[in-house]
Amino acid sequence: MAEHDHTSKQNADAVDAEILEILQKDARATVAQIATMLGRSEEDIAGRIERMEAQGIILRYKAVINWERAGEEQVLALIEVRVAPQRDVGFDAIAARIYRFPEARTVYLVSGDYDLAVEVVGRTMKDVANFVSAKLAPLEGVQATTTHFLLKRYKEDGVVIEGQAEELRREPIVP
Amino acid sequence: MDQLLESQEKERESVGRRSLSARVRQIPPSGIRKFFDLISSMEDVVSLGVGEPDFVTPWHIREAAIYSLEKGYTMYTSNYGLLELREAVANDLRRRFQVEYDPTCEILITVGVSEGLDLALRAIVDPGDEVIIPDPGYVSYQPCTILAGGAVVPVPTRLEDGFKVRASEIEARVSSRTKAILIGYPNNPTGAILSHSELQAILDVAQRHGLLVISDEIYERLVYDGKHTCFASLPGARDRTILLGGFSKSYAMTGWRIGWAAAPAEIIEGMMKIHQYSALCPPIMGQKAALEALRNGEQQSLAMTREYDRRRRVIVKGLNEIGLPTFEPKGAFYAFPSIATTGLSDDEFAERLLREERVAVVPGTAFGEGGRGHVRCSYATSLNNIQEALRRMRRFVERVRA
Repeated sequence: MAEHDHTSKQNADAVDAEILEILQKDARATVAQIATMLGRSEEDIAGRIERMEAQGIILRYKAVINWERAGEEQVLALIEVRVAPQRDVGFDAIAARIYRFPEARTVYLVSGDYDLAVEVVGRTMKDVANFVSAKLAPLEGVQATTTHFLLKRYKEDGVVIEGQAEELRREPIVP
Repeated sequence: MDQLLESQEKERESVGRRSLSARVRQIPPSGIRKFFDLISSMEDVVSLGVGEPDFVTPWHIREAAIYSLEKGYTMYTSNYGLLELREAVANDLRRRFQVEYDPTCEILITVGVSEGLDLALRAIVDPGDEVIIPDPGYVSYQPCTILAGGAVVPVPTRLEDGFKVRASEIEARVSSRTKAILIGYPNNPTGAILSHSELQAILDVAQRHGLLVISDEIYERLVYDGKHTCFASLPGARDRTILLGGFSKSYAMTGWRIGWAAAPAEIIEGMMKIHQYSALCPPIMGQKAALEALRNGEQQSLAMTREYDRRRRVIVKGLNEIGLPTFEPKGAFYAFPSIATTGLSDDEFAERLLREERVAVVPGTAFGEGGRGHVRCSYATSLNNIQEALRRMRRFVERVRA
């Protein structure tokens, strides 16, 4: 009995994983489409998605935008932040203080020369530099920052943005 | 002066035409040539006519080939192909199907399954020997049999059977001249697969009449419902089977031209005799890439298969909803709907669909008489393309039936 539960749980997890794979590629895939693709009922798929949203497995749905092509001025910078970890809480408290800023879009704890990798978005280089010097650097616990401005996006979220100029032509009819 | 040149031109032309062998002239022209020409003059065509994966060969495989080129692997290999690749093929067959082949003398690396098929037929067919071939079937089976000097004996397969060939129908066509049965499952163009017991029944016929079986299993990794049964794994089959397989469909390596044949040593030796003089060996960089595919390509191959499976469900549902009854294909990447409800022939359907809605499908008769009334729709293309094609096909079908 227990063995049967295990395999059915495995199968259940495999379906969940497939749903996630589909949604990550195309967040607009509808429940009906996913149900067709996986050969399952719409109720089943809708239920699974709802559950995964509640469990915090699916955090958000997004569109990957090429803002430059949209004509929007946007400056992105990757900030290396060196931090003095706090007793008992380690890096968590300082990370929280940073990620509360809406300008800090991504905050990761990383291994290597520095501690926190922060992605900051602003309208101009000056805005970003101001954020770093006025809001980020003065935070208690922040020892040093190094700012890298993004110059060119080649690939983001699995999508090639610049570079693939050549269209790979396939023979339209192949027996 | 011009008259002289004109007659010389005429003389040259007819010499060309007259020079072709009777055998070559016997092969009918491809039924899809005109579609090539039509498509090249059109824009915005959504093609469901592709018989190859729309994926690019996974990077690690391409990288292995590039690395081998950097290291300088540009020379001929053994006629049989790189030993390490043959060993990897043997290990793969043992692991997945529990079938044993000696990599030193029972496996031949070929220039795609295409060459393997050609070698197999040329190695075993004597003039006038008959080869029993399910119809519809892959476009090469009949021409290659003719080129080898053999006679084609087609076995019609039926929609009611999901286009699975019946052993009894094969047996009914066995004569004193029959040399071999040539089967290809999972099937192009129908997408049908054969079960263990159905294959066993075919083996029984081969054993009863002392026939060889050539089994083209190029789509063996693309099976969605159930498991693939390797023909050679059936008890007693190995010694009368020429097993053909490759990398084109499972690893998206169509352009590399690498395949393999596995058979008893004497047959491989016979095939190798032809191969050593005609092709010599497949490209070494392709063989190096294939080795990488077998060693580390499983994950990505499975991911591609999962993607095909999703598209398969979408296209089959879509075609049925349009009113083009489609039985469920369990392998390969083709759907084979019936277009009978439109009242058009498959050729007319394909041509009008292309002209009016710019969607390309392949008429069933391109694959043999048994394909009449059907068209082959490949789902080796993006979901977006499939959905767009279905939208346009719906419009077309509604218009035709109005």
